[in-house]
Amino acid sequence: MKSIWLGAVLAAVVIPATWAADVTGKITLKGTPAPEKEIAALKNDASCGKLRTDVPKTRFYVVGAGGELADVVVYIKEGLTTKGGDAPETPVELDQHGCEYVPYVVALQTKQKLVIKNSDPLLHNINVNPKVPGNKAFNEAQMGKGPNKIKTFDNPEMFISFACNVHPWMFAYVSVFDHPYFAVTGKDGSFKLGNVPPGKYVIEAFHRKGGKVTKEITVDKDSQVADMAIELKP
Amino acid sequence: MEKSFRSTALTIFAVLTAISTLLLISVGGIVTSKGVGMSVPDWPTTYGYNMFFFPFSKWEGGIFHEHSHRLLASLVGLFTVILAVWLHGRPARRFLRVFGFLLVAFSVMIAIFTQGRLQTASVMALCGFVSVALSFGWPGNLPAPGWVRRLGLAAVGAVLLQGLLGGLRVTLYKDQIGIFHGVLAQLFFCLVCLLAFVASTKWEEIGLVRTQSPGIRSFGILLTLLVVVQLGLGATMRHQHAGLAIPDFPLAYGGWWPATDEHSLIKYNQNKLDVGTNKAVTSFQIQLQMTHRVTACIILLASLLLLKKTAWNLGWKLPLTRISAVLVALVLVQFSLGAFTIWSDKAADIATAHVAVGALTLAGCFLFSTMAWKSMPQASREILLAHAAGSPSILQESH
Repeated sequence: MKSIWLGAVLAAVVIPATWAADVTGKITLKGTPAPEKEIAALKNDASCGKLRTDVPKTRFYVVGAGGELADVVVYIKEGLTTKGGDAPETPVELDQHGCEYVPYVVALQTKQKLVIKNSDPLLHNINVNPKVPGNKAFNEAQMGKGPNKIKTFDNPEMFISFACNVHPWMFAYVSVFDHPYFAVTGKDGSFKLGNVPPGKYVIEAFHRKGGKVTKEITVDKDSQVADMAIELKP
Repeated sequence: MEKSFRSTALTIFAVLTAISTLLLISVGGIVTSKGVGMSVPDWPTTYGYNMFFFPFSKWEGGIFHEHSHRLLASLVGLFTVILAVWLHGRPARRFLRVFGFLLVAFSVMIAIFTQGRLQTASVMALCGFVSVALSFGWPGNLPAPGWVRRLGLAAVGAVLLQGLLGGLRVTLYKDQIGIFHGVLAQLFFCLVCLLAFVASTKWEEIGLVRTQSPGIRSFGILLTLLVVVQLGLGATMRHQHAGLAIPDFPLAYGGWWPATDEHSLIKYNQNKLDVGTNKAVTSFQIQLQMTHRVTACIILLASLLLLKKTAWNLGWKLPLTRISAVLVALVLVQFSLGAFTIWSDKAADIATAHVAVGALTLAGCFLFSTMAWKSMPQASREILLAHAAGSPSILQESH
């Protein structure tokens, strides 16, 4: 009888601790942003212009028909008691393609590898200037279709700017977290934070131009839905 | 005695150096306006090449502007050195010969004892040979007065420091260094303009006309200082890429003085869609631009007052009055270019013209002040110098 009670108590303590649930949701934009601008310099550039048949435009607000907002970094801001282990082996990829960075916004964990590719047949320089001490600035050339460059960042930082100054319209933003509970929304505005341990959290959705919005959630054994809306100020 | 060092060739060369410097400032302006200053990641090499050997086929996109800036800077550096040596006159021949031989010897040592520096050694050897060759046909003019020769050497020091600042801006990734680089460029331009002025016979002519109007001199100096402050504000804005921190003019975010509370800043940044910059608008940037606008108005007013003062006291025929009229015109053009920079969404050519006319305005104010000083009666000048040295007794005597 005693061992049954002991088992029950252990189960009550251990099982919830091993539960992990997904937090999913959709980020939408309230309000109508100004129209994106055509990147005339790209089309007029002797080398880059040849790589594009479309009309290249800025990607400040990538918004779906229903207001779904892409390129929003969603992450657990408060409430984590553990950081969730080492950085994953799988690297995050950032490509220079058609004289643009693809994707525009990425996120990774501290010490996780960032593989920087150059799919273009021409030279780009990668000018990175983090603001948080410990994250190293660099400015390196990468030849057309040249070998990949692999970088890591040691400290959390939001929206580290990646720029090419040879083609000064090229920008990308890399956010770094010291835990694995983050995601970047796709074109449908959706995100998924996987295997979040039980607990009460504040999650934040941060769009580089639109700003940020937070939500409190409680995670138990069931998946949680946390839809949020970023509002353009009137 | 002072006249003897002057020659038409020297005057033309000094003016050519000043024009090259203005061109260099303009190309530097394009580099910053287009945001391509970091397109060549290394310095003093260019993508590993000695900059003079960088293949033209690789001058793509922003590299074209940045590399042109570096080459033009080298040319201005060379011109400045030649000008400084020229001011030393005939005795510089020996220096050129010794310096040339040393350069050649040094280049041989580099070629022998280091690997992969053959391009650098070649450039040094070429400079050495040219220096030796020049020494045989060097102008035979007498040396310029000591203070002019020292000004020439100061210009060499300034151009070297300027080159170093440009290089450190690239290798240390610091925008702040770019601000000093931008300011020093225009101060150097003033120095070269002064050298060109002193090297011409006009300098002597100015000295022949004595004017008794200390108000004009003080006003000239005040205007020059105001333009220097404005230059510092402008350079800070440019190197923070904050030229469009306020996107409208003459109003600012629809009002006379924009709000900079958190809510307003979020709104500004949500609506700011610049192709060429990724910097968020901050309260500091807005206040900085408002200060730049207010200072522009003060400078315009001060230049008009200076014109009124010179015309009233000296009449329209004297050079000081004419120059003050030119200054008013420059300030008006500069004011308009500032407005067009905003209205054109900071088009690179207009923003660059704003930089170039700003440099001309500063040099104009500086030369005006120098001329006003030069045309001051000797006695008044001594009193002012004594005052600057903190000798009240002489001042009291003068009263």
